Amino acid sequence: MIERTPVLDAVTHTILALGFVVAVAPFLVVGIAASHDLFHVNLVPMPLVPGGHFVENMTAAWIRADLGVKLLNSLIFALGVAFGKVIVSALTAYAIVYFRFPGRHLLFWAIFVTLMLPLEVRIVPTYAVAANVLGPWQGILDILGVTWLAEHFAGVRLDLQFGLLNSYAGLILPLVATATGTFLYRQFFLTVPDELAEAAKMDGAGPIRFFFDVLLPLSRNNIAALATIMFLWAWNQYLWPLLVTTDPSHATAVIELKRLIPNEGGIPEWNIAMAGTLIVMLPTLLVVVVMQRWFVRGLVATEK
Amino acid sequence: MEKRTTFRQWWIGVAFAVPQIVLIFTFFYWPAGQAVYWSLTLQQPWGGGNIWVGFDNFRQILSDPLYWNSVVRSIVFALVATGLSMGIALILAVFVDRGLTGSRIHRVVMIWPYGIAAPALALAFRFMMAPEAGFLSSLNRLWPGLWDPGLDGVDAMIEVIVAFSWKYVGYDFVFFLAALQGIPRALSEAAALDGAGWFRRLRDVQLPLLTPTVFFLLVIDITESFQDSFGIVDIMTAGGPARATELMVYKVYFDGFKGFDYSGAAAQSIVLMILIVALTILQFRFIEKRVHYR
Repeated sequence: MIERTPVLDAVTHTILALGFVVAVAPFLVVGIAASHDLFHVNLVPMPLVPGGHFVENMTAAWIRADLGVKLLNSLIFALGVAFGKVIVSALTAYAIVYFRFPGRHLLFWAIFVTLMLPLEVRIVPTYAVAANVLGPWQGILDILGVTWLAEHFAGVRLDLQFGLLNSYAGLILPLVATATGTFLYRQFFLTVPDELAEAAKMDGAGPIRFFFDVLLPLSRNNIAALATIMFLWAWNQYLWPLLVTTDPSHATAVIELKRLIPNEGGIPEWNIAMAGTLIVMLPTLLVVVVMQRWFVRGLVATEK
Repeated sequence: MEKRTTFRQWWIGVAFAVPQIVLIFTFFYWPAGQAVYWSLTLQQPWGGGNIWVGFDNFRQILSDPLYWNSVVRSIVFALVATGLSMGIALILAVFVDRGLTGSRIHRVVMIWPYGIAAPALALAFRFMMAPEAGFLSSLNRLWPGLWDPGLDGVDAMIEVIVAFSWKYVGYDFVFFLAALQGIPRALSEAAALDGAGWFRRLRDVQLPLLTPTVFFLLVIDITESFQDSFGIVDIMTAGGPARATELMVYKVYFDGFKGFDYSGAAAQSIVLMILIVALTILQFRFIEKRVHYR
């Protein structure tokens, strides 16, 4: 807009500078606190000039929360969810958009409903399923009377048991079972010109060929956006990993933060707690900074 | 919207959909159904049968003052945190949208907080707002005992709300900015030609066009405040002091996994589900009826 607004410009710069400080300050505070020794970190207010104990604190936090293993677990978990989502939702969206089969609308709505209820609100029964993932299928057999028939006529007791607690599958699968990605792909597939499918058919390509050679290469942007969002989302999960991993060897880095809370009594070791926090948030911060374009795009697109 | 060209081999389509069908049945529909069933029965924590009790579990939680406490706390948390993050995000987005020098760097930085895990930022804020260390403790130097989230419920609530809002300002900002930049420049230019100043244009042109975004974010933020708050509460206050920050999801977790009251927790989950579904339906009504100014 071509108008001179010196006062407004000054206000704009001030407010934005304030916003900038508020957004960045916690990162700096965490970094600076992680560099102090026990005495300086507990001074009120904490000195803002970094101390010289950074490496020492990082090492202490790393060892105390066993972060090497935990970060690796987080990485496997987050990558698993990201890939799982990218693959499963692309397949489903393709089925919904490019085929006419009986029950297609029912399937669409069945997937759509999963958007509404996040894992956190159905946490207790989902946990029971993870404890025995074949439980739902056993339930179906019970309801159909197959269990009863088998027991009476064949003398076999059907008792399907397979636990997913303390496993990567248990961490990953329940988080893949929602529809966020499916709709992202669906919206995109709908914008792909019909002529492409027609041309492919005319050249003799079947549905599988078309999917892998035409649609997926076209979806590269969406795949990158979805993978970024899902990676961050999974990495930052807290409640589900907390419940599913009772064995520390499968715990993720984020839930290990709880162990770093300084306990009451004694001088709180905030320097080590902040060093741990820094280690846990650095990977996601890096992903956001490096993948910013995909991240923002994915955010705006998945929520539509 | 439908495709004109589809493939005849529909069984291939069904095969493509199978992984998702299996997953959502196992990890979504079965557990959701199970929650309904549990909420209507009295469930033994270690297996060993259950007794049909109808709506007793609901009657019990609805007559429990501790449950209502968590409902009220959740609503307060949701409304204040949502208002705070949306308000700040809107102001920042409006100013960044003016496109003065340096606004590019703001567009990049404002989104950073959203990438951080809720428990991590909770620990960081717990330190900054600790009563004996960090920064807010300076207040206690001036007025001893003024700030203590470990003892004062209001302080604890403020602490949790600040941490949550800090994360969601970035999120709301992205959507507000995208919406603002989607408004055709011609509208603002026409208003400017008519002699409308910056504030007038903001109030009469831009803000009304933002209403769909506002409704959308309102619902998303409130829904997120039910879920994403868990990690913050667990790390910062563990629901205390004296249940002052015991939000609904936290209570479900606590009753279900620490108190082994599966039926009570299931009934609470059902209430939560109904609440969230209601909010989502509300959102779709607003999105359907997107406000058009033509």
